[in-house]
Amino acid sequence: MSNLLNYTLRIADNALILGQRMSQWCSNGPTLEEDIAMVNISLDLFGQANGFYEYASSIDGNKSADDFAFLRSEREYFNSLIVEQKNGHFGDTIVRNSLFDVYAVLFYIKLGKSKDETLAALGSKSLKEAKYHLRHSSNWLIRLGDGTEESKEKVQTSLNDIWMFTGNLFEMDELDSEMFSSGIGVNNTALKPEWDKEVNKILGKAKLTRPEDSYMQTGSKKGVHTEHLGHLLSEMQYLQRTHPDAKW
Amino acid sequence: MSENTDVWEVFIQSKNGLPHKHAGSVHATDKEMALQNARDLYTRRKEGSSIWVVKATNIVASQAEDSDSFFDPSDDKMYRHPTFYTMPDGAKNI
Repeated sequence: MSNLLNYTLRIADNALILGQRMSQWCSNGPTLEEDIAMVNISLDLFGQANGFYEYASSIDGNKSADDFAFLRSEREYFNSLIVEQKNGHFGDTIVRNSLFDVYAVLFYIKLGKSKDETLAALGSKSLKEAKYHLRHSSNWLIRLGDGTEESKEKVQTSLNDIWMFTGNLFEMDELDSEMFSSGIGVNNTALKPEWDKEVNKILGKAKLTRPEDSYMQTGSKKGVHTEHLGHLLSEMQYLQRTHPDAKW
Repeated sequence: MSENTDVWEVFIQSKNGLPHKHAGSVHATDKEMALQNARDLYTRRKEGSSIWVVKATNIVASQAEDSDSFFDPSDDKMYRHPTFYTMPDGAKNI
């Protein structure tokens, strides 16, 4: 697999898996308005994923975008661990998405300046949506954190539980370093100070306590995932696996 | 929805220069949520370029029982209608 292909899949997989998670809120949202908002976000993410998979398909020259999305095994997905974490209750989802959305905005700003024209264009396009997603998730986090005693306690627990998956976002393996030094990829580690600043700002407004950076989960860049991804994939891939090449 | 939410009326402007038109309503606990909900519910298919949200309780509405004294007097005053002018071809959106 070429470096560019592998790198593009990492970006696409983040969007696809979070999109799939958000689609699971469909008909389960806490209110009608929020249900639609979350499914909108899901559709945005599927749109982003589609763009990156189409590009992956053109690099590969053989597999289609759908092949990449639906016909890989768990170990062949390279999404960050945080996006595959379960929706849990509404607060869990809001915390997970806030932390990822801050990263996504910073990542897409940098990707928009990539020497690879397609990645740069896809990055700039995705940035507009990521900014809205962050606005949605961070506003909710502030509302819940600075809300009632119960809502505050719940999201503080969500935050403590998911914190160990944040370190994974800023890892740089050999592939990342090569893509960065060739001017195509993003230096994830360099995003961390900005991410810290933004996250601290949101947590401050939400009156939540930032957990300590201690043990961080890792593995996604090698295709090693938490136990939740397999279940998500089995649901997502069911149709393609049962009726290969099914068309609407 | 819980007792903490208000109804907000949503007005969408489809193009610059056109008036904001009433599109419907949303539930929300604050103005930012009202704006985002309105965006998500009413502009998903490129319907708008601008959104106004107004708390429904802030709208002063005429009452049905006042309708006689409010609206009937204009019935017999045709000269108030601008129908006696011809519209220049260039004028749009009137």
